[in-house]
Formats: sequence, structure tokens, C-alpha cells
Amino acid sequence: MSTLSSAPNEAASTASFQKKRVDIPSAIGAGVTLSATILILLILGVILGNILWNGLPGLSFRFVFSGANRDMFDVEKAGILPMVVGTASRVILMSLFVIPVGVITAIYLSEYAKPTSATTRFIRSAVNNLAGVPSIVFGLFGMGFFIHFAGGSLDRFFHSDSAEPVWNKPGILWASLTLAVMTLPLVIVATEESLKAIAPGLREASLALGATKLETVQKVVLPQALPGIMTGGILAVSRAGGEVAPILFTGAAYYMAHYPQSLTDQFMDLGYHAFVLSTQSPNVDQTRPILFATVLTLLLLTFTLNLVAIVIRARIRRGMRAAH
Amino acid sequence: MTATPKISIPLKPQAANDSDSRQSADTAIWSAAKILIKASEVSLFYGPSQALKKISMDIRERLVTAFIGPSGCGKSTFLRCFNRMNDLIDHVRVEGRIHIGGHDIYSRNVDVIELRKRVGMVFQRSNPFPKSIFENVAYGLRLHGMKTGSELEAVVEKSLRGAALWDEVKDRLHSSALGLSGGQQQRLCIARAIAIRPQILLMDEPASALDPIATAKIEELILELKKEFTIVIVTHNMQQAARISDLTAFFYLGELIEYDLTKKIFTNPGKTQTEDYVTGRFG
Repeated sequence: MSTLSSAPNEAASTASFQKKRVDIPSAIGAGVTLSATILILLILGVILGNILWNGLPGLSFRFVFSGANRDMFDVEKAGILPMVVGTASRVILMSLFVIPVGVITAIYLSEYAKPTSATTRFIRSAVNNLAGVPSIVFGLFGMGFFIHFAGGSLDRFFHSDSAEPVWNKPGILWASLTLAVMTLPLVIVATEESLKAIAPGLREASLALGATKLETVQKVVLPQALPGIMTGGILAVSRAGGEVAPILFTGAAYYMAHYPQSLTDQFMDLGYHAFVLSTQSPNVDQTRPILFATVLTLLLLTFTLNLVAIVIRARIRRGMRAAH
Repeated sequence: MTATPKISIPLKPQAANDSDSRQSADTAIWSAAKILIKASEVSLFYGPSQALKKISMDIRERLVTAFIGPSGCGKSTFLRCFNRMNDLIDHVRVEGRIHIGGHDIYSRNVDVIELRKRVGMVFQRSNPFPKSIFENVAYGLRLHGMKTGSELEAVVEKSLRGAALWDEVKDRLHSSALGLSGGQQQRLCIARAIAIRPQILLMDEPASALDPIATAKIEELILELKKEFTIVIVTHNMQQAARISDLTAFFYLGELIEYDLTKKIFTNPGKTQTEDYVTGRFG
């Protein structure tokens, strides 16, 4: 009797779990999101494939590691080491400025400022606005503020007897500072996110042991935020590596016979050189292989700088998880 | 209305050597212990809302005092007044006075760092630093200037022994504290707190996130620690309060309803609200 009476119940309960028909809205949702993703991958693939396809034939050890001299448009003799050095130097120099300033700003916003105060909100919206400014505007700002105002003032005070301007001219220092201003929001936002992710209990634990706020930031908060800070640095390097507009008026040179000797010297730059090769070449079709090889080198350089940062970040993370 | 609890305690004249005991009647533990924390009419406001209402109570040395009461009754907030952790929250205003060892800890010239060295704290969620076990315990010691390796090692060992954790971790002092179990992490936090030799140990529901076995270990440890430290513990667990505390304070809606010997609170409370709460009728 009991088996008979329970049989219909079992049937009903299994039936209720059976899929009745295709769930069309879900299928559309999955399809749309997947195709958007594939589209992005396709675009990336086309760009990278194009650069690799056209750039690899022109890329050689000699091309990357020899100087430009006067043969910058000569497919056989041209070399781009000065541009590699120039781009790498300006990116590294920029990191030295942007990371400390960005991290300290983020610490202020996250650890010290009152989150709801008008000042904090103003600073935050200023940072967001900074991120939305077109890069050519940064270039003009760099020329006006760093070269003419800061450089001009330095010359007036320290080099008034010199006929030639010392600071009041484009140079790698000014270009790097301009890039640093441009990438500041990236570092601030990434650092702040990582500071927010730290469990508040850790700060409390430190303060309850009689640590000051500064000690807590130094010994507990900052070590924890290090991977996030590195992420900010990676974003900044990636963004700045390929930017040309901010350095156009502030330090990039069309041609230089020598490497930059000091912070006030101009420099040759991979991105700007790609622009030069594509617009100033006497025979654009003939120089196309070295144009693509230059662009590929720029990608590889940015990728290498990122890779170094990513490896360091991975080691820090591993170190945080394992023994101290 | 201010709730100023009257303490009625079984008569035991031979133990009545406490000079400020007006009733000349005390149990042995009650009279032997002198007042370490004296709170007078403490009110606390979060912006416009009042979380504590004129609480006055004395906390005695080397006893375990438990704060019980339903969630939101202010017991944790009151606990955090003793090491001024409420200072960290915006818009908090404290009125009234709290004296610890005779010093007004809310007076202008109090060094909060020094206060927190003397009043340690263990939190509800174990919060070890993502450092090694050794570095966790050494953290406070290093902050307060201990530098020599041998001295650090000795105090770290003593603290870990004091927190009943040494035998479990002595072979992996330099591996990450995050690899410990929840109960071990909480005992590590206790070791870290007692390493800097505070007088008072504040515990904010230290076992609420732990399983019964780990909880039993923490309770055992608390009974051991009270030989050296004055312990104030907030707990949601009534049996825990009954098991480990000497005195119990019952809070409700920001007021101190009743404060008495634990035995009395749980067997013969003076107020019906207390009785309703400890018998599980509400809360």
C-alpha cells in the first residue's frame, strides 16, 4: 500500500525539476555577452596580429640595439636604441614621481580625510576630472606650467647670467613630470581600492596595541596595500608608455645625435618616432617595415616593463601568504 | 532615570576590610579586589543618537567582569570607552568620567597610546596581522621599543605560553599566522595583547566566532589570565558569562540595568528585566 501511495508523489517531484523548454531570455543574454567578448578579442587580435605580421620581418637585434645616426629613414641602417632608451627612461622617471605622490594622496584620502567632508569630496572629484582630461591638454599644461613657469623661474633665479635657457626648454624631466600628472589618478584610485580592501580589524588591532596612526599605516596598512600599489604602477606605465601627446611639447625630439646627458636634455621616443616615420618619411611605403618594427618594439618594451612589475607583485603576494 | 545598581551581597563580616564598602558586607572576592576602573555617569552619543545613558560602575582588579545584554544595548560601545577605541569613529561624543587607576582617561592631557598599552583588547573576529606568528606577538613589543632579539624571543615565548598556544606553534613560529585555525588565531591575538603587559584586558565577544571546543579553551584561558589581568568581557553567551565571570553587568537600551555578583544575576536577579533576559524570555 505504501509503495502505491508514494508512487504518484515521486513522479510529481521529479517532473517539477524537468526543464520544459529552452529558456530563450537566458540564451539571448548568454549569446549577447559572449559575442561582445568575442568582438573585443577579435579587435585585439587584429591589432596585435597586424603589428606582429608587419613588424616581425623588420625587427632584428641590430635594429633594436643600434643608434639612429642620420639613417633613421634607411630601412637597412636605421636603429632605434636611442628611442628605446628614451621611452624607458621617461617611463621609469615618471614612476619615481607618480607612485610616491599617488600613494601618499591615496593614504590621505583613505586613512586621514573624513570620508564625508566637503574637502574630501572635492579632492575626489578633482582626481576623477584629472583622469578625464585629454592627453594633449596635459602636453600643453606641461609646457606652460613645467617648462615656462617652473623652468623659467629656475632660470631667472639660478641662471640669469646664462645666454641659453637651462631649464626653460623641453627636457626629459618635464616630459616625465607631465606624464606623472596624467597618470596620477590611476595610481591614486588603484591604491585607494587596495587600502579599502584591508580588513578594518587589522588597523584596530594595531591601534589597540598602542600604535600611532602613522605606525599603523607604515607597518600594517602599506605592506598590505603593496600589490594594489604595484597594480596602479602597472596601469600608469601601460598608459604612459604609448602616450605621445603629453611629451610632444615637453621633451620629445625629432632627432638627436646623442643620448640625453642630463634631466634637462631632450630625448627620442618610440611613440613619437612612429609618428615621425609615418608622416615625415621621404618614402612612406619604403619605410613601412621599420615603422611597424618600431611600433612592435614599443609594445614589447611596455610589455617587458609590465612583466617586471607583475613578477615583483606576484613575489610580494607569495611572500604575504607564506612565512614572513 | 540613572540606574545606579545597589549591590546586595551575602553577609561575611570577617572579610569586610574594604574601606569604601558602606555595607560592611562583602564576599571574599568582592572585598579583596580594589576598584581599578571607575565610570561615572558615562554617556555616549553617535551624532544625535544616544548609545549610552549615564552609566556608572566600578570594575575591580583581577576579577572577570562580564557585560551581557541584547544586541545594540551598548555593552561593546561601553567596553570600547575604556581604551578610547571610540575615538576612531567620527561624530562620537563621550560625556562623564572614566578613571583607571585614579587617572581620568578622558582628560585632555591623557596619552592615548600609553592608555592603550595599559588597556589591551581582544576583538570579536580574530585579527592577526598577515605576518608570522612570532612577528604578531612581537609587533607591540617592537612598537614600544624592545629591540634585542633574545629579549623579544623570551617575551614572545612567555606570551604564547600565557595564551596556551606555545606547544601548538613552537615549531612554526616563523610561518604565517593566517595558517592557524580560528581558535588558535584568537589565542594568538590574546598572546599579542598580553605581550605588552597591560593591566586590563578588554574582550569583545572573543569566542563568538569559534566552535565549542575552541570556546572552551578560550574560557579556560580567561580563568588562567585573571590571576594577572583584570578582564572585562562582552558576551552574548549567557552560560559563558555564568561560567567565567565573577561579576556580571546587564545592559539594556544603553542603560546599565543591574550589576552584581554573577551568581546572583543568574540565580536571583534584582530586576525583572534581568530575570527575563537571563532566563531567555527575551533578547
